[in-house]
Amino acid sequence: MDSIMENNLDIKDRMAAFVPQVQWSEAGEGMFTVPAEDFRKVASFLKDEAGFDFLRSLTGVDWGDEGLGCVYHLENTSTGENVVLRTLDPDRDNATLPSVHDIWKAADLNEREAYDFLGIRFIGHPDLRRLYLRDDWKGYPLRKDYDPSWNGIPVENEETNDDAPTYEVTKDGSFILKRRPLFEDDEYVINIGPQHPATHGVLRFRVSLEGEIIRKLDVHCGYIHRGIEKMCESMTYPQTLGLTDRLDYLGAMQNRHALCMCIEKAMGLEVSDRIQYIRTIMDELQRIDSHLLFASCLAQDMGALEVFFLGFRDREKVLDILEQTTGGRLIQTYNRIGGVQADIHPDFVRKTKEFIAYMRPKLNEYHEIFTGNVIACTRLVGTGVLSREDAISFGATGGTGRASGWACDVRKRHPYGVYDKVDFKEITFTEGDCFARYMVRMKEIEESMNIIEQLIDNIPEGEYQMKVRPLVKLPEGSWYSAVEGSRGEFGVYLESRGDKSPYRLKFRSTGLPLVSCIDTITRGAKIADLIAIGGTLDYVVPDIDR
Amino acid sequence: MKRNVNIKSMKYEDFNDNEYIEQMLKELNENGANVIVGCLDNVIEWGRSNSLWPLTFATSCCGIEFMAIGAARYDFARFGFEVARASPRQADFIMVAGTITYKMAPVLKRLYDQMADPKYVVATGGCAISGGPFQKSYHVVCGVDKILPVDVYIPGCPPRPEAMLYGLMQLQRKVKAQRFLGGINKGISEKEYERLMAEGVGRSEGKDDYDESGLA
Amino acid sequence: MFDFGVVTNWIHTQLTSVMPEGLAVFLECVAIGVCLLLLYVIIAIIMIYMERKVCAAFQCRLGPQRVGPWGSVQVFCDVFKMLTKEIIIIRHADKFLYNLAPFIVILASVMAFAYIPINRGMEILDFNVGILFFMAASSIGVVGILLAGWSSNNKFSLIGAMRSGAQMISYELSIGLSILTIVVLTDTMQFSEIVMRQADGWFIFKGHIPALIAFIIYLIAGNAEVNRGPFDLPEAESELTAGYHTEYSGMHFGLFYVAEFVNLFIVSSIAATVFLGGWMPLHIPGLDGFNAVMDAIPGFIWFFAKALFVVWLLMWIKWTFPRLRIDQILTLEWKYLVPIGLLNLLLMVIVVVFGLHF
Repeated sequence: MDSIMENNLDIKDRMAAFVPQVQWSEAGEGMFTVPAEDFRKVASFLKDEAGFDFLRSLTGVDWGDEGLGCVYHLENTSTGENVVLRTLDPDRDNATLPSVHDIWKAADLNEREAYDFLGIRFIGHPDLRRLYLRDDWKGYPLRKDYDPSWNGIPVENEETNDDAPTYEVTKDGSFILKRRPLFEDDEYVINIGPQHPATHGVLRFRVSLEGEIIRKLDVHCGYIHRGIEKMCESMTYPQTLGLTDRLDYLGAMQNRHALCMCIEKAMGLEVSDRIQYIRTIMDELQRIDSHLLFASCLAQDMGALEVFFLGFRDREKVLDILEQTTGGRLIQTYNRIGGVQADIHPDFVRKTKEFIAYMRPKLNEYHEIFTGNVIACTRLVGTGVLSREDAISFGATGGTGRASGWACDVRKRHPYGVYDKVDFKEITFTEGDCFARYMVRMKEIEESMNIIEQLIDNIPEGEYQMKVRPLVKLPEGSWYSAVEGSRGEFGVYLESRGDKSPYRLKFRSTGLPLVSCIDTITRGAKIADLIAIGGTLDYVVPDIDR
Repeated sequence: MKRNVNIKSMKYEDFNDNEYIEQMLKELNENGANVIVGCLDNVIEWGRSNSLWPLTFATSCCGIEFMAIGAARYDFARFGFEVARASPRQADFIMVAGTITYKMAPVLKRLYDQMADPKYVVATGGCAISGGPFQKSYHVVCGVDKILPVDVYIPGCPPRPEAMLYGLMQLQRKVKAQRFLGGINKGISEKEYERLMAEGVGRSEGKDDYDESGLA
Repeated sequence: MFDFGVVTNWIHTQLTSVMPEGLAVFLECVAIGVCLLLLYVIIAIIMIYMERKVCAAFQCRLGPQRVGPWGSVQVFCDVFKMLTKEIIIIRHADKFLYNLAPFIVILASVMAFAYIPINRGMEILDFNVGILFFMAASSIGVVGILLAGWSSNNKFSLIGAMRSGAQMISYELSIGLSILTIVVLTDTMQFSEIVMRQADGWFIFKGHIPALIAFIIYLIAGNAEVNRGPFDLPEAESELTAGYHTEYSGMHFGLFYVAEFVNLFIVSSIAATVFLGGWMPLHIPGLDGFNAVMDAIPGFIWFFAKALFVVWLLMWIKWTFPRLRIDQILTLEWKYLVPIGLLNLLLMVIVVVFGLHF
């Protein structure tokens, strides 16, 4: 917290010197308000001169009469500085903001999301289609004046629209719409998804092929867009917790941890050490569970069914442990504001230790059957290379970023829980290919077991639930907190206006950046590589769509 | 002809909704059938009930549990559900595992249309049954029965694999209580359902623009 | 060693004694045809059941269990189900070819099946260029697959069919070369003769190094030929949903499904016949007592044991190995298997010329 403040002071002076119009507001963690006309200038300054190369999160917000706008969370990956910007356009009907997709590649899909939810037009964005909702959707759901009765269950199949609209400003201030075809008429475009065994859910790719080689790929999301962020705005804080488990269901503990941390930060509540220990251990168990499922699914996609069953066999053991304490196999609903739902089961410590003793030798089976297999190696090594610069620019965190050599582990960057007290390695590779992404996760299983081993015997006594009033009210302001989810940085951006429910709650999806980089890394690869790349990126679709 | 809806090593009383199955059996036996047709029907239904192949379809959390029942600990291959088909043409039932959103709804309907008769729908989990925790959302279909005729509902969020196996056994029982020769008694006929749906949502019956050429 | 020819000759004499020879031959042909189809179906059922159980065992599962003892009648359920499933006719498909394709596949499979010598005197088609004809018959299958993919009017099917065409035609070459290696050793192309020559030791022992190499090449190429195991690209589930038969439902799909499994058996039984002695018991020259004991076991048991062993081997490979990529498949064939096969053929010629074999 303190370091973030200091950094802000430093960058505050530099910003003020550069663009005097920038205002600093203190509420919550504080943020800079940049006028829309200066925004591109500020953005380039931050990226090129101040080194803020990682766009952590881009949140579109409807500020009512103030207008529509976006909040940008930026991080300097070499110094770890953070800065929060916001920019807005008071004209609600024709809200326009400058696009920064060329400064941070991560902004590409995120701006489409903001357009989709709030109707903010980003000038200069090359492909401003709706990201989640259908093209014929009426209204913008995250605006405060949206009426759900505008849209009913569609009965007709969606027309595939391959024209990418672009908005450009003319000299007199009005903007014109240009359309650009995504695929040419003579391209052989196949449709992969939404129901396809390799997309891990209901993601849809439109792939232009030349023989077996992928020329271009267009991602369609939203087939499982459940409107969680909008729902949260009408829920009390404890109620919002229930939905986080269902975002990335393989990181249920971590997601909920992030939201609890964010709310606790806003409340100024410090939880006891016992809670921190339990949460950390649970996070790591969840990570093992998720990575085992990753290995199973990757192997299954590549046709090696044996490993799929190994993965599920071992995963059941983790689930047993979690289930004993939380009562859930997949949806845990365990963390609560200021604590956890129930104390750990008396057998928890023993069973966890047994599991670790069981799991260590079992990992070799995976390596014998799959990692060392010559076919698996030749298919994974060298395919789908994501460079470090691209990983940062796309914001592809988690195993994907670390495989590209970017030390992006939130547990190291912004330690939470008791991660600052444990000794663990951050696994990084430099190749950035599918094999590196696979190995990062396999090694992380071992690291997670190391972390649990260091903590499991030292869980301090104490209360498992702090005293919290049932009706939580947060002060005015905005907060962002992040955890290292199973597949990357899972962040929560919370904006409060002092009510019992959040004004805006945004979840930084771990999967959206991964999906946004898929076009870049599959070009020139084969269809079979797309499957391997999709498998190793390890996205979870409900987490992308939210 | 006495039709047997028992499941091996399961007690009849252990199942809920026995009245429903008994009602189906009563309807089945009401008009009677000649012995040969009855026997043949019996054999066909026995075969069909023990060889229900699912479509590999999942949208969210329940899909992971669906994978879990395919894996070693729960192993639904024991019941003959083994061969999960990725192509809807070859699948016998669709397990709607997860939330169905507005954008997904026409796709799901299309998937169902692409399946070959006789086909069944299993609504798995709170989301598919009623919208579950996302009932208030602007983009979630509150219950898959608004777009597809559902045969079995499996509650839970997500349902435990045991619950899924139980639900699939109920589907087997339902199939066993059906008449294949001379119309599938699904309680409500396909045509009837189509008609109701057309009334309910006011869609046109014109199918000229409907492209059946597959997924692509 | 029991000669099944005695039975067929007896039937023939009985029939000719009551009717003219032409009619007798006709009746025999019909009877054999029926038996062939029956055997084909039985083999298919056994293979599917075996696949289910073997893969379950590899995957720490139980496999089908509920119908019949150890789930043994599971496949009959599947058959009833398949037969009663709707056959969807696709509007934009080429209807004639679309309906023809599964039958071409099954026809090729049945024709190839007819060449397998199951016991002494129990071969249906057996003439002096048997191997050549077998290869010709079995390669018709690829036409069916190509037609299926093309006529379905589905992009996935088309890609699956193209992959299948490229793959099967390529691997045909390696199969030919590896069998040719054995033909060089035996100087015959007749299946019954090949089996008879193995009376004093199976070719995999007699031909030692080149025969062993040929056997391995045959296993790889044969696996690719039937689109299974790491070579199941044409129907790669995770890439192309169901490949060339994506659009087929009901029994049309059933025919593809059955043909796949029987083709696996055919490839395995040819491997068993050519390399492992077919129905010929294990004979070790010099050990007459041992040979007599081995002879007491009927030939068809030997044959099925060997064929199913090879089937099991291929299933093991299938359930363990990840799938290859299309370029890797072609690289493997054209850059490795074909050159090795050619060199191996040369090696075999040297072995035969200098009499280095046993």
